[in-house]
Amino acid sequence: MQPLENDATVLMRGHQITRRWGGLVALNQVSIDLKAGSLHAVIGTNGAGKSTLINILSGEFPPSEGRVELLGQDVTQWPQDQRARAGLGRSYQRNNIYPPFSVYENCRLAAQANDQKPWLWWRPAESAVQSRAKAEEVMARCGLTEWQDWPAGLLSHGQKRQLEIAMCLATEPQVLLLDEPLAGMGAEETERMLTLLTQLKKDHAILLVEHDMDAVFRIADRVTVMVNGQVIASDVPEAIRQNPAVQTAYLGEGEHAVNAS
Amino acid sequence: MPTPSSKLFVIAAFLLLAVFPTFASAYGLDFVTKIMVYALFALSLELLVGSVGLVCFGQAAFFGLGAYATVWFSPESDAASIAWLLPACVALAAAAALVMGALSLRTSGVYFIMVTLAFAQMAYYVVHDTPLGGGSDGIYLLFKPVFKPWLDLDKPNALYGFTWACLVGVFIVLALLNRSRFGRALAGIRVNAQRMRATGFSTYPYQLAAFTLSGAIAGLAGFLFAVKDGYVNPEMLSWHLSGAVLIMVILGGIGQLRGALIGAFVFALLQEFFKSESIFGNMAKHWHLGLGLTIMLSVMLLPRGLVGVPEQIKNRLKGKAHAAP
Repeated sequence: MQPLENDATVLMRGHQITRRWGGLVALNQVSIDLKAGSLHAVIGTNGAGKSTLINILSGEFPPSEGRVELLGQDVTQWPQDQRARAGLGRSYQRNNIYPPFSVYENCRLAAQANDQKPWLWWRPAESAVQSRAKAEEVMARCGLTEWQDWPAGLLSHGQKRQLEIAMCLATEPQVLLLDEPLAGMGAEETERMLTLLTQLKKDHAILLVEHDMDAVFRIADRVTVMVNGQVIASDVPEAIRQNPAVQTAYLGEGEHAVNAS
Repeated sequence: MPTPSSKLFVIAAFLLLAVFPTFASAYGLDFVTKIMVYALFALSLELLVGSVGLVCFGQAAFFGLGAYATVWFSPESDAASIAWLLPACVALAAAAALVMGALSLRTSGVYFIMVTLAFAQMAYYVVHDTPLGGGSDGIYLLFKPVFKPWLDLDKPNALYGFTWACLVGVFIVLALLNRSRFGRALAGIRVNAQRMRATGFSTYPYQLAAFTLSGAIAGLAGFLFAVKDGYVNPEMLSWHLSGAVLIMVILGGIGQLRGALIGAFVFALLQEFFKSESIFGNMAKHWHLGLGLTIMLSVMLLPRGLVGVPEQIKNRLKGKAHAAP
């Protein structure tokens, strides 16, 4: 298939995306590029359309207008599972795991998506060595190995967030869409997650929606600010800090809030 | 996951069933054959309810179609060979399930329950009101199928053995399937279909495959039932039967294959018990009442069905031990 765009480092692109719910415009002409080796943060107040953007990019529902490209292909009409198999991974704002299954099985099942072979109905799932190895690997990477036999539902909130990421990684995506992975995490867990994200951005294109400004400005290579479904600024973190429109619209009264972070 | 003790239970139960004919009366043999057919039927529904989390309220349609197909496909003047009749009946039920599943799987939850019920009612009225089904009187199977020279299903012992083999075979297939990649994906779809799609699983074909397989197994049960009675009638497609098999699965315990076996046996035994005139006298006419009350009670007291009873007792004893000074 012909790439729609020559810029090879752009792994995912949302182009002029609009989403209307009846009369309400949740997203208005939003464009975003996710580049390899780069972490692109999207910030904005509640209801700014950040999660809607992730849902449209991942294929949870279609845009009213606009185009989504993944690895140079127009995937606007693709269902979610097809995008996932093409190399897109996402995590959810609310924990979205398989609570009755063990931590290991959560990861193994995610890895199985790359090696589904449902017609081998007489062979145990455990005989698929690749998926097992992948599960072990992502558990180790996300610090979950010692909990591997626990039912995922019994993990702490922070551990569940880690499991979300582990499950994402198990499918070996090139693009990661992470919806508030730090929400509700303690300071120690936040540090561990930030270290992991810093490692991940070396070989992934990451979109990070996050409320923790401190974290965002530490690890983001680029920041997009959304207000009421529109992008009001998109730039490197330093420029965003200095942007007067951002300061008044989102970061609060004057420079006060920015400096506080 | 099956524990060693549950495996032992299943093996013991199948062995017991295997030796049962050596000391059974003719009536007992017929009764247990019927129960094994119901157990097969319940297994087909357990695949949907337990493994995929789809509550199908039209399972009798596939059972009935499998049964009717046995009569439709059999020649009028000679016994048909099992070698082609059985696959043909199962294929018809599976094809019906494929079509019905393809449409009804577009809905979910309570809508799925209602749509499957509606489809089953359609099938019911097709056999009830058209010449195809012989009306409410049903039709007779004049010659029972054979597999020359080894097997003649007209003989009660042969039918019992064949039914037993089908039950064991299907049980093993489903047990293997549940631990395979296909089965694990079905379990994932049951627990969190949204996450499965986001991970890269196309959930619809998985569900449709399970639905079709379930229809095929129900069709096999229908075939055996038609051969056993030598007669089919529209009630085999009725919603009463769809409800009864759902109750068997719930009574036995959802999520465990052996639950379907236990549920089918207990349901049939309860039915006989409440129908017995020597125990209940005139009240035996109202056996539905006693059966219904017992089922309500057991659902209230045993939330995880009969398979959950040993664990419930264990927990109760543990609780007592803790309470003791």
